[in-house]
Amino acid sequence: MRFLHDFGHYCLFISQVFTKPEKTRLYYKQTVKEIEKLVIDSVGIVIVISIFMGAVITLQTRYNLENPLIPLYLIGLTARDTMLLEFSSTMVGLILAGKVGSSIGSEIGTMRVTEQIDALEIMGVNSASFLILPKITAAVFFNPFLTMLSMFVGIFGGYLACVFTGALPPVDYVYGIQYWFIPFYISYALVKTVVFAFIITTVPAYYGYYVSGGALEVGKASTRGVVFSSILILLANLILTELILAK
Amino acid sequence: MIEVRNLSKSFNGTSVLRDVSVTFHTGKTNLVIGSSGSGKTVLLKSIIGLHEIEEGEILYDGREFTKLGFKEKKEIRKEIGRLFQGSALFDSSTVEENVMFPMDMFTDMTFEQKLERANFCLQRVNIINKNHLFPSELSGGMKKRVAIARAIALNPKYLFCDEPNSGLDPQTAILIDALISEITHEYNMTTVVNTHDMNSVMEIGDKVMFIYNGQKYWEGSNNDILNATSTELNDFIFASNLAKRIKENM
Ligand SMILES: Nc1ncnc2c1ncn2[C@@H]1O[C@H](COP(=O)(O)OP(=O)(O)O)[C@@H](O)[C@H]1O
Ligand SMILES: [Mg+2]
Repeated sequence: MRFLHDFGHYCLFISQVFTKPEKTRLYYKQTVKEIEKLVIDSVGIVIVISIFMGAVITLQTRYNLENPLIPLYLIGLTARDTMLLEFSSTMVGLILAGKVGSSIGSEIGTMRVTEQIDALEIMGVNSASFLILPKITAAVFFNPFLTMLSMFVGIFGGYLACVFTGALPPVDYVYGIQYWFIPFYISYALVKTVVFAFIITTVPAYYGYYVSGGALEVGKASTRGVVFSSILILLANLILTELILAK
Repeated sequence: MIEVRNLSKSFNGTSVLRDVSVTFHTGKTNLVIGSSGSGKTVLLKSIIGLHEIEEGEILYDGREFTKLGFKEKKEIRKEIGRLFQGSALFDSSTVEENVMFPMDMFTDMTFEQKLERANFCLQRVNIINKNHLFPSELSGGMKKRVAIARAIALNPKYLFCDEPNSGLDPQTAILIDALISEITHEYNMTTVVNTHDMNSVMEIGDKVMFIYNGQKYWEGSNNDILNATSTELNDFIFASNLAKRIKENM
């Protein structure tokens, strides 16, 4: 019951967010700011994590396939598909839920408890839409670039692992990552990314928006936002995989 | 002039305001005084429509706010300036952007016009050469003054201040009070100030309303207040032993 209530409340909140911005110019300006805060500022962490994960996936696959009958290029292929199918969308989604989600939750929550949201409302501004729509726009349209970046960098990380550890000849790896490439995997990952971006921005914003109390409550709300968006990402991942990939 | 008639408000069955009627006059600083938890903030938020009220009428110069639709309410809200207890400046915007924000939102002024108006308002509150600082870089009193500049940016007819000098030292508090009072007289605004500070009452209380436990107990000017006979009001004014002794010897 509690869940249904919260879900209904969340839906109302979303409908409030999706109203036409009053000042289009201001909305664009806010969106550009959010692209910088939510997307550009996440490039670093995405690169670092993807490079290491790509390398580790390659090495792990190598050690697990210690069989002379299996051609070495399959290791490259496996690493590539792992990055494309799961890692670059889901893992990056979870990491962003932590990084971006907590910052959105505490930003909106702080604005609530310090009456900044009241200040907007009393000026006659639809605060939910004004504050959150630019975040959704930024993440939904630009997180796919982070995902693609993660794919490239991750696969490159695998290559570096081959070069520096000699786990397998780089030539085999390069052959493997080109072998039997299915472009649809990329569309699949991008669809997931868009859904995750929506979750990562709206769920923590929802918890922040309705916080009351002080700094302690803001902290709790922002944690709850991160936890819930992570759970929702995992659920959505399961559902989307079943819907899109199941034959 | 703002008229409040028979206003009642409760939260989940707990009554907070009971049958409050009061008139706030134009060109005056109207004070709402009362101890913490007596319902001052709820009254103020009800008047500006941040709380739904159960019963009563609120008239802004004859316009019945409670009966208006969303669009018309918004028109009135544009005439309202609001000063919050904690300033409520936007953290991620500079001083200048904060003051320009209402103009960005509601006018089609050019950037130069907005900047000129912002600088005028900032000068009025004696904030000079601080345009590009962020709120976190200002002192409490400066934040309050920037908030006043933002509140008057659109030339409001009505100004609402919730405990404008809470958290300030007595000297700064008096400066802020004086500033609010001056601006009110200068621009002929209808100003409503919530406070529990007796200094403010004596300094700027053109008209004072005392609220106790969600009900109006007394109304008058700062000149009559010391001679009021209401026990609740006297307990509030002469809370300290020192004040009580002074009263006895008066
Ligand atoms: N949003 C709310 N929900 C429930 N009760 C509230 C709410 N806001 C205020 N109250 C209650 O109303 C009473 C008056 O509060 P308030 O107007 O904030 O007092 P103050 O005079 O100090 O400003 C308090 O008892 C407070 O607990
Ligand atoms: Mg209060």
